[in-house]
Amino acid sequence: MGKTLAEKIWSEHVVAAAAGEPDLLYIDLHLIHEVTSPQAFDGLRLANRKVRRPDLTIATEDHNVPTLNIDKPIADPVSKLQVDTLRKNCAEFGVRLHSLGDVEQGIVHVVGPQLGITQPGMTIVCGDSHTSTHGAFGALAFGIGTSEVEHVATQTLPLLLPKTMAINVEGTLNEGVTSKDIILAVIAKIGTGGGQGYILEYRGSAIRALSMEARMTICNMSIEAGARAGLIAPDQTTFDYVKGKAHAPTDGDWDAALTYWKTLTTDADAKFDKEVNLNADELAPFVTWGTNPGQGLPLTASVPDPDDYSNAEDRGAAKRALEYMDLKPGTPLKSIKVDTVFLGSCTNGRIEDLRSAASVIKGKKIASSLRLLVVPGSARVRLQAEAEGLDKVFLDAGAEWRSAGCSMCLGMNPDQLKPGERAASTSNRNFEGRQGKGGRTHLVSPLVAAATALKGTLASPADL
Amino acid sequence: MEKFVKHTGNALPLRRSNVDTDQIIPAVYLKRITKSGFEDGLFAAWRNDPAFELNQPQYKSATVLVAGPDFGTGSSREHAVWALQNYGFKVILSSRFADIFRGNSQKMGLLTVILPQADIEKIWQEIESKPDTQITVDLGAKTVAYAKTTLTFDIDDYTRWRLMEGLDDIGLTFTKIDQVSRFEEKRLSFKPKTLPIR
Repeated sequence: MGKTLAEKIWSEHVVAAAAGEPDLLYIDLHLIHEVTSPQAFDGLRLANRKVRRPDLTIATEDHNVPTLNIDKPIADPVSKLQVDTLRKNCAEFGVRLHSLGDVEQGIVHVVGPQLGITQPGMTIVCGDSHTSTHGAFGALAFGIGTSEVEHVATQTLPLLLPKTMAINVEGTLNEGVTSKDIILAVIAKIGTGGGQGYILEYRGSAIRALSMEARMTICNMSIEAGARAGLIAPDQTTFDYVKGKAHAPTDGDWDAALTYWKTLTTDADAKFDKEVNLNADELAPFVTWGTNPGQGLPLTASVPDPDDYSNAEDRGAAKRALEYMDLKPGTPLKSIKVDTVFLGSCTNGRIEDLRSAASVIKGKKIASSLRLLVVPGSARVRLQAEAEGLDKVFLDAGAEWRSAGCSMCLGMNPDQLKPGERAASTSNRNFEGRQGKGGRTHLVSPLVAAATALKGTLASPADL
Repeated sequence: MEKFVKHTGNALPLRRSNVDTDQIIPAVYLKRITKSGFEDGLFAAWRNDPAFELNQPQYKSATVLVAGPDFGTGSSREHAVWALQNYGFKVILSSRFADIFRGNSQKMGLLTVILPQADIEKIWQEIESKPDTQITVDLGAKTVAYAKTTLTFDIDDYTRWRLMEGLDDIGLTFTKIDQVSRFEEKRLSFKPKTLPIR
């Protein structure tokens, strides 16, 4: 029997295997940031251990850094200490670091692909659950905890091979429907625990038709379905994207790489442990109404009634969610007013996301009742957007144009919702208080975010 | 890592599903650079509510958390495990755990035990009616015992052995470091390097 793509990449990275033990898996790339690494470096120091391969390691500052006044010292002393600690650790252990103010700084999952160090067939880890983003290149990429960050000093991790699940998305997306809507629909279908124990492989004509950046959005949110990783087989779209990037293979290496990358597909006779099918033609712009990413519906729907759920768990969760979100059953989603629109994050903070939002906003003004925060995923994305005049589009509309970072996606820096504030956000998590204590989050695509910013209520461009 | 062989203690019922790691420890608490001192941030938002179980005196001494399904979803922050341990929890019972949270727990010696939801429901009822109920979790025997009930659970032998011996995972890998060197000799030459900077 053939192998799935996940099984192929896995087996090519097994350093040691023994019955009844996890496989020891080689890690091709370790991404590091300030929040989940200080205790790991401390552990290494205590045990007198080194980072085995600094040349397969890279760090950036993204989670807690401010997106304003980045040329000044970080005002919050606790954030500053954490960032300073990363700088000290990277210097001591010889790890490449892109600090605030550096042109390559940005969200770790935006930086890897744009430098070309994210390539097909690799194993990639980071102390961040959205490492699954890199799966869009046909790399096996997953989030790890701080103990494992420390472990990657050996350039390996002991791991059990997860099961595999195919997510088949056939058909053609309608206008105004994006990859964000695909993944929100997938999570709504299989639930936040549906992917537990699995690596998801997104397949089908609708996936093939997506750009690399749109594919990253899908793989990014695999973790929101509970999956360890999400994968898309590399194809010409992938190869074209990688080619010419700073760390992409060149000359003879490029030819060798390409030959290898073309083998990275699921064999025709391979069997997935589970398959899920979605019809792209039936998908619509999606929005979450609750406090986990599986609580989503098409924008044309209304807030559900918890009593309509037959499962007691779902009923209880829906009830709690509506209470937190201050929503009543039966309320049309499109009538919900928002106070803040956040455009950014490792889910939707790349140049295509900014372009698509700007195309809706161009020449118009945002609703006077709200603020629109635009936070590019990296300094490079910000520069590219400025070269295209997108900053001007946003500023003219009344938006705030910020520097790169995770920002309001998790509200570790000053960019937070106030208690009771409601946001339409292109990020990945609508958990209670995620974007600020007491804040309420509706997850949306960049197109819906832009239309909502103009209208003041949840809207798609078709509603304008 | 501290060894985990057997633990007996009081339990706290957390009747909520999808308790994500942002609830266990909100992001604003993640700025510490140590593994200690996170107990104040544990369930920080919910602790403002006097009715929240953690604030109820009858559960004050609980060391076993009996949680709803899909506990620990979301972020990979190991701080969630540290916060639970810093507060005093030794064991979490649930019908489903998020993968990364469970992996992090197993690295830190916080035991996560998977039981059917029907059994979790019975334990909730027992500890709600009798908060001083003692629960004994025996990793050697793979059992959870309370009142007159004894339940068995599954855990892979390798993880069980590592937890019971309190072994350093990284130390174990270092015993295979020659194999890592041999693997590196045959790695594909075109795989990217971050250094030198290009």
